[in-house]
Amino acid sequence: MTDIKLKITDRDGVMHEIEAPTDMNMNLMEVVRSYELAPEGTIGICGGMAMCASCQCYVLSDHELPEKSDDEEAMLAEAFNVKENSRLGCQLHISEEMDGLEVELAPEEL
Amino acid sequence: MIKTDILIIGAGPTGLFAVFEAGLLKLKCHLIDALPQPGGQCSEIYPKKPIYDIPGFPEVLAGDLVDNLMEQIKPFQPTFTLGERAETIDKLEDGTFVVTTNKGTKHNAPVVAIAGGLGSFEPRKPLLENLAQYEDNGIAYMIKDPEIYRDKKVVIAGGGDSALDWSIFLTDVASEVTLVHRRNEFRGALDSVEKVQQLKNEGKINLITPAEIVGLHGEDKLESVTIKKSAAEVEHITLEVDNFIPLFGLSPKLGPIANWGLEIEKNAIKVDTFDYQTNVPGIYAIGDVNTYPGKLKLILCGFHEATLMCQSAYQRIFPDKKYVMKYTTVGGVSGFDGTKKEAPKAVIKAID
Repeated sequence: MTDIKLKITDRDGVMHEIEAPTDMNMNLMEVVRSYELAPEGTIGICGGMAMCASCQCYVLSDHELPEKSDDEEAMLAEAFNVKENSRLGCQLHISEEMDGLEVELAPEEL
Repeated sequence: MIKTDILIIGAGPTGLFAVFEAGLLKLKCHLIDALPQPGGQCSEIYPKKPIYDIPGFPEVLAGDLVDNLMEQIKPFQPTFTLGERAETIDKLEDGTFVVTTNKGTKHNAPVVAIAGGLGSFEPRKPLLENLAQYEDNGIAYMIKDPEIYRDKKVVIAGGGDSALDWSIFLTDVASEVTLVHRRNEFRGALDSVEKVQQLKNEGKINLITPAEIVGLHGEDKLESVTIKKSAAEVEHITLEVDNFIPLFGLSPKLGPIANWGLEIEKNAIKVDTFDYQTNVPGIYAIGDVNTYPGKLKLILCGFHEATLMCQSAYQRIFPDKKYVMKYTTVGGVSGFDGTKKEAPKAVIKAID
């Protein structure tokens, strides 16, 4: 299997069912950008280094995701609108285990 | 009024390299940047991160790339307005532009090149209801003059280097320093973390973690804050303070440039790829701040865009002059400071 299905709710509350490739070294932030589910310049600002929280999302399904790295923990500790289920999309590498994952994009920091 | 040939807005890698290409054409540059140091994102966000796609550099740290660019452009004596944000642009009758910063500094040039990246870096503000009410009445997001905290009760929030470093510094200035962070762990230089630990043990820093500030109180100015400890059963703390300094880092905003009458698409400025000029003749946009079909936000693409922009700027400034591109290997580099770099002449010597 090379594609998985994801349900992504954008910042306007609209849910998108999309397919994401597992063999293209993509992360969730990049998938969101490739489908333009959030305007350019409002997501992935640091480029995916866990140095901003513009790709923060809430994980809605009960998938087992990889542990947060120290960098991700530290960034989420300084981000706003953080919840228990917050993750940085850029740190979630698209893998087969994520098939069916449901996430919601966190609001944009103004 | 600062006068120059090309006024560059943004002192990131693209803006800095534009100085070099302009210098080869004997055009002078002045740069404006909202940050206090040149380098843009490379210096501000990821100075210690390696970059692998700069041609000729198998690996280079972002901070080192900026240092190298500064060295490369030194002969062309660029001047800087740092720590100020370009706010407005006006076109004069002679066709030149005046760009004014938020601090009122005026710059005049026939060509303006916006190399603004993702925009100017603005402090990230915590989401607190009556925050704006206390701005400059007890709340500040940057420390400009530490003396205003002399003998004051100060609370700092944040978990990075600036929160740690300012907490340390202010222990000698303020009467009381409290540091609030959402986690027990801090992301900063190890010796800063250790220093805060030591000051905490000595009772000089009041460290409250994991916790966050959730309320602000005071008549006309800030008088106290409410601190919520993360452990749910613990009661909120009310702390009397004179000053609250949230240090949550910076985030880029396109800012006032968005209102300069330039065509904007996807938070970027539309340009013609012939010379990276915007819809306003004489105003160019290069690097991450621009957009066009096939745009890639890469430093190496910014370098290319800067080079072509300078050629077009030259034609605009000297419409009657013919310019022939010279290779630096052939023509060398003649700085405005009188220095001259050139390839050594071949030695001709007969063999007996």
